Amino acid sequence: MLELKNVSFEVSQNGADKEIIRDISFVIPDEKFTVITGPNGGGKSTLARLIAGIQKPTSGQILWNGEDITEKGITERARMGISYAFQQPVRFKGVTVLDLLRLAKGQDLTVSGACEYLSRVGLCAKDYINREVDASLSGGELKRIEIATVLARGTKMSVFDEPEAGIDLWSFQNLIQVFEKMHQQIQGSILIISHQERILNIADEILVIGNGQVTDHGKKEDILPKLLGSSSAVNICKGRS
Amino acid sequence: MDAIQKELLEAVAGLHEIPSGAFNIRANGESAARNTTANIDIVSKENVSGIDIIIKPGTKKESVHIPVVLSASGLKEMVYNDFYIGDDCDVVIVAGCGIHNAGDEESRHDGIHSFYVGKNCNVKYVEKHYGSGDGNGQRIMNPETVVELGEGSTMELETVQIKGVDSTMRVTRATLAKDAKIIVTERLMTHGKQYAESLFEVDLDGENSSANIVSRAVARENSVQVFKSAVHGNAKCSGHTECDAIIMDNANISAIPEITANNPDAALIHEAAIGKIAGEQIIKLMTLGLTEQEAEEQIVNGFLK
Repeated sequence: MLELKNVSFEVSQNGADKEIIRDISFVIPDEKFTVITGPNGGGKSTLARLIAGIQKPTSGQILWNGEDITEKGITERARMGISYAFQQPVRFKGVTVLDLLRLAKGQDLTVSGACEYLSRVGLCAKDYINREVDASLSGGELKRIEIATVLARGTKMSVFDEPEAGIDLWSFQNLIQVFEKMHQQIQGSILIISHQERILNIADEILVIGNGQVTDHGKKEDILPKLLGSSSAVNICKGRS
Repeated sequence: MDAIQKELLEAVAGLHEIPSGAFNIRANGESAARNTTANIDIVSKENVSGIDIIIKPGTKKESVHIPVVLSASGLKEMVYNDFYIGDDCDVVIVAGCGIHNAGDEESRHDGIHSFYVGKNCNVKYVEKHYGSGDGNGQRIMNPETVVELGEGSTMELETVQIKGVDSTMRVTRATLAKDAKIIVTERLMTHGKQYAESLFEVDLDGENSSANIVSRAVARENSVQVFKSAVHGNAKCSGHTECDAIIMDNANISAIPEITANNPDAALIHEAAIGKIAGEQIIKLMTLGLTEQEAEEQIVNGFLK
């Protein structure tokens, strides 16, 4: 179970402090599929980075299974079972797709095991396994490989920052299945930042973040109709504004 | 050969035992073992140190290993190895030098490898440099490679220097005839107070000749690296030179690419980039459970692979 207690995060901008996250508290229960949504610039990605340990809160506490992890670094949180997929995946010269999957899963990952993860994210494994994770890959390919590294880790908490960005419409249904299957197999918590109605649709819970605060949080059945009926529904659910 | 020499041999030539095919192993300034084949002859030079390697025209799928190991502190040598490769050959040549210096005197190996490659050949040349030993004596290697590439021939050069060489001045010069092609891949890592200078000079003389020189380097601690690459397009040809370097700690790197077109149909490109490891790369690997140091190692290893 992941719990945020009164978490705030400020950055210094032009000499003045700007509050990106304002006193946020919520609980992500075990085995739940939670989608965070809300307008651009509202603080969603910052929240994901705070959970992964890439940024530290200015105040407040983050608890993982009851343990205070606020001061723990990225590596420690990763080893405690928190995974994070970047919104804009990183490229590496010389590091192959297989290398990266082995770093995620462990050195004993077989080639066929690695291929299995690639196939699940819709990549023809034999074409990719030995390719370098460099500028020769398209944004969409890179995004799928990023998702595969989190699948390979199979941790109890997986955070995805806009996984659908750069994935073509034809493959979208496949992506939904990836998350559903992952949810069934790992039986952990999945936290996805998304604007897509089809992803919101498979959520157990929806958390709406706006202006650095939780503006709504509850079961999909209660939240989604409100979002779809609101004046900002077009921005929130049909892609980025 | 003793255990230290065997270890050096494995580091520079990947040899655990006597290789198959032609070879010449030079240890502490003397020939330690040699084998010739029906198509590949190895002859000692008379006036200077070194050997002639003569490969008969039409030799296919054969290899030559000519590693050099130095384990006696204070040894200095200058070696001339000349390769005469006949037409229509397809061969792999593995050279390399390992120095173990446990003493206080400078150990130094200077070598000039000259390749006279005939027509329509495919030659792969691999050269690894490695140093070990904890003495105060410096380990110095100055290799020079001279290539004359005949019509329609392709030569691939792979040079690697990853560890333990205190000072190196590497020079590679090549002239290419019609339809000839040269591909150079250099991997270099320096640390401590090491100094490495790498100079490439390629003359694309023949029509449709091409050169592709790619150097990847990592400089750590207080080491200094200089990369100079000059490609001269003297005919209708294509040339590309690229230096990509990661700088760490207090190191210093210079990349000086030069391209000169002496013909309007010469198409030449140079690229050079120096930078530290991107923070996002380290963060990504940390989110997979690696420590910052492990992440850095993986990024450097991949980059130099």
